[in-house]
Amino acid sequence: MELLSNLAIGFEVALSWHTLMLAVVGCFLGTIIGALPGLGPSNGVAILIPLAFSLGLDATAALVLMTSVYYGAMYGGRISSILLNIPGDEPALMTTLDGYPMAKAGRAGDALVISGVASFVGAFLATIGLMLLAPTLARVAYLFGPAEYFALYLLAFCTLGGLASNNQAKAALAACIGLGIAMVGQDTSGTPRFVHGNLHLLDGIDFLVAIVGLFAVSEVFFFIESHGKNTAIGVKLGKIRIPVKDIVDSTWTMLRSTVIGFIAGVLPGAGASLGSFLAYTGEKAMGRDKDSYGRGNPKGVAAPEAGNNAAAGGALVPMLTLGVPGSGTTAVLLALLMTLDITPGPTLFTEKPEVVWGLIASLLIANFVLLFMNVPMVKLFVQILSVPPWVLLPMVTMISFVGIYSLSGSYFDLLLMVVFGILGYICRKLDIPTVPIILGILLGGHMEDALRRAMVLSDGDPSYLFSSGIAIGLWIAAIAGFVAPMFLRKFIRRPDPVED
Amino acid sequence: MIRSDRVFGLATIVVALGYILSATTIEQPIFPDPLGPTFFPYLIAAGAILASLTMILRPDAEPSWPAARSLFGIALSVAVMVGYALTLKPLGFLIPTAVAAGMISYLIGPRVVPAILTGLGLSGGLFLIFKYALGLGLVAVPKGWLG
Repeated sequence: MELLSNLAIGFEVALSWHTLMLAVVGCFLGTIIGALPGLGPSNGVAILIPLAFSLGLDATAALVLMTSVYYGAMYGGRISSILLNIPGDEPALMTTLDGYPMAKAGRAGDALVISGVASFVGAFLATIGLMLLAPTLARVAYLFGPAEYFALYLLAFCTLGGLASNNQAKAALAACIGLGIAMVGQDTSGTPRFVHGNLHLLDGIDFLVAIVGLFAVSEVFFFIESHGKNTAIGVKLGKIRIPVKDIVDSTWTMLRSTVIGFIAGVLPGAGASLGSFLAYTGEKAMGRDKDSYGRGNPKGVAAPEAGNNAAAGGALVPMLTLGVPGSGTTAVLLALLMTLDITPGPTLFTEKPEVVWGLIASLLIANFVLLFMNVPMVKLFVQILSVPPWVLLPMVTMISFVGIYSLSGSYFDLLLMVVFGILGYICRKLDIPTVPIILGILLGGHMEDALRRAMVLSDGDPSYLFSSGIAIGLWIAAIAGFVAPMFLRKFIRRPDPVED
Repeated sequence: MIRSDRVFGLATIVVALGYILSATTIEQPIFPDPLGPTFFPYLIAAGAILASLTMILRPDAEPSWPAARSLFGIALSVAVMVGYALTLKPLGFLIPTAVAAGMISYLIGPRVVPAILTGLGLSGGLFLIFKYALGLGLVAVPKGWLG
């Protein structure tokens, strides 16, 4: 019953015209961002956050707008996967495997509809999962003291490094770079660190500057390097009809993939790419029609799309309840919360129920908006794919600059953003993951604070860090999450995209 | 053969050592806690050095770095961005945006006329969106210019 009264609070917020409009705008922008190759959800959300601020939105409204963009981008990512064989974002990679062969066989419209429905099933059920699981996890989180939080942050870095990258040392280095940057500025006791007399640095380095630089600016450099050759222009799409039989046939595929994706999303650091990967490989392994996967099997587009959209919803669970994001984009959303002065965690559910439940209710509505945009209206978004990169990327650059400039009005932040862009380019070239850098910048202060408070409570006794069952469990999970992929990597290698 | 991973690892070690050196100069607070403001930075620097050493000892295969021409293009775009950052305030929005957007467009798809049109279009279009739809306090051109 508590759930229903909470939902009532949520829908009261979500059903106001203002919030509804923001959700629709967010879904629309998100689908565009997801569809455009080279502009994934983390990129898109990152460059829009500063602009959302300058609109002067309150916390709930800003959160509804940006999570709608996030969900929209997850839906939209499949469009260029299917039509161009280029994933619009990383989690949509698996959708190219069967989506593009379907498009080549003249079934692009069917593939878009099936994957649109699968996205809806995954995202909608995951939002319900979020609604049921988050309050429970929030109650568990009340048992967390500084020692547990320190172990939890460690777990996030370890699983992120273990699963999301190919080289543990590089993931660990990325986390250290991020944590190191987070130390710049004043610590909890107000002591300035690594400032060297520079007033701009006294408040620390704004994580939005780092995020936009690492994600968006570095993308511009990649496009200059390739001269935008990886994009195709002029896609044709026949009449859209609803392939009822294929959808009915893949019902169980969608439901199974949703469960797998949601669980992958809830694990801190694992995220949507893992969700779509596990959903696809799981379906392929179980299917009686194994051989048809990779050649245009409709279930091969349903599985990864249900999986990655479910993971997107699942990733919101640890972000809202514990303040630990489950993916790159939720890390960006965490940055949004922190800039709005909202501390995610169990208290968020009791002190600001209108924010959490307003968000959940808006997401339930957003899914219907997205289903409408991504099935009957999908042709509109296909048109957008023909925006050439030499228009798109300058636009991304200018939006990034103006967004950051409107936040601080300082050229110092803009220069810092370019530096982060160069760092992002070099890291991505060297296969050093950038998400742990972001996570480090976001969580560094909290992580240090948890460690220092734990040591104050125990009077400097390090064994305090392992003094509870929860803490020990988190430490074991962290170590296992970091070490296990070294041995499992052979088995969980990602397949290469199909060749033309 | 020199591997990029080794160069990057070595560079990170140098930065981490500088970081430690800088951390030694941090003043202790008046009411110190057991760890103080320097312990965590030391821990991070140690972690970074350990990870860098691993990269140096076991480097991955060499990434494909761009040809000199593309590298020059990227360097040029960095210069354009720095120039944009420095001129956005003194010269107003329209002119620096048109120049910067046009040049980045040219660096991606090297055709002059589309690049110029992109620069002009983005400058005008984004100004209208930012100023009137989003209500940002942007200045079109410096005040003195319009008399």
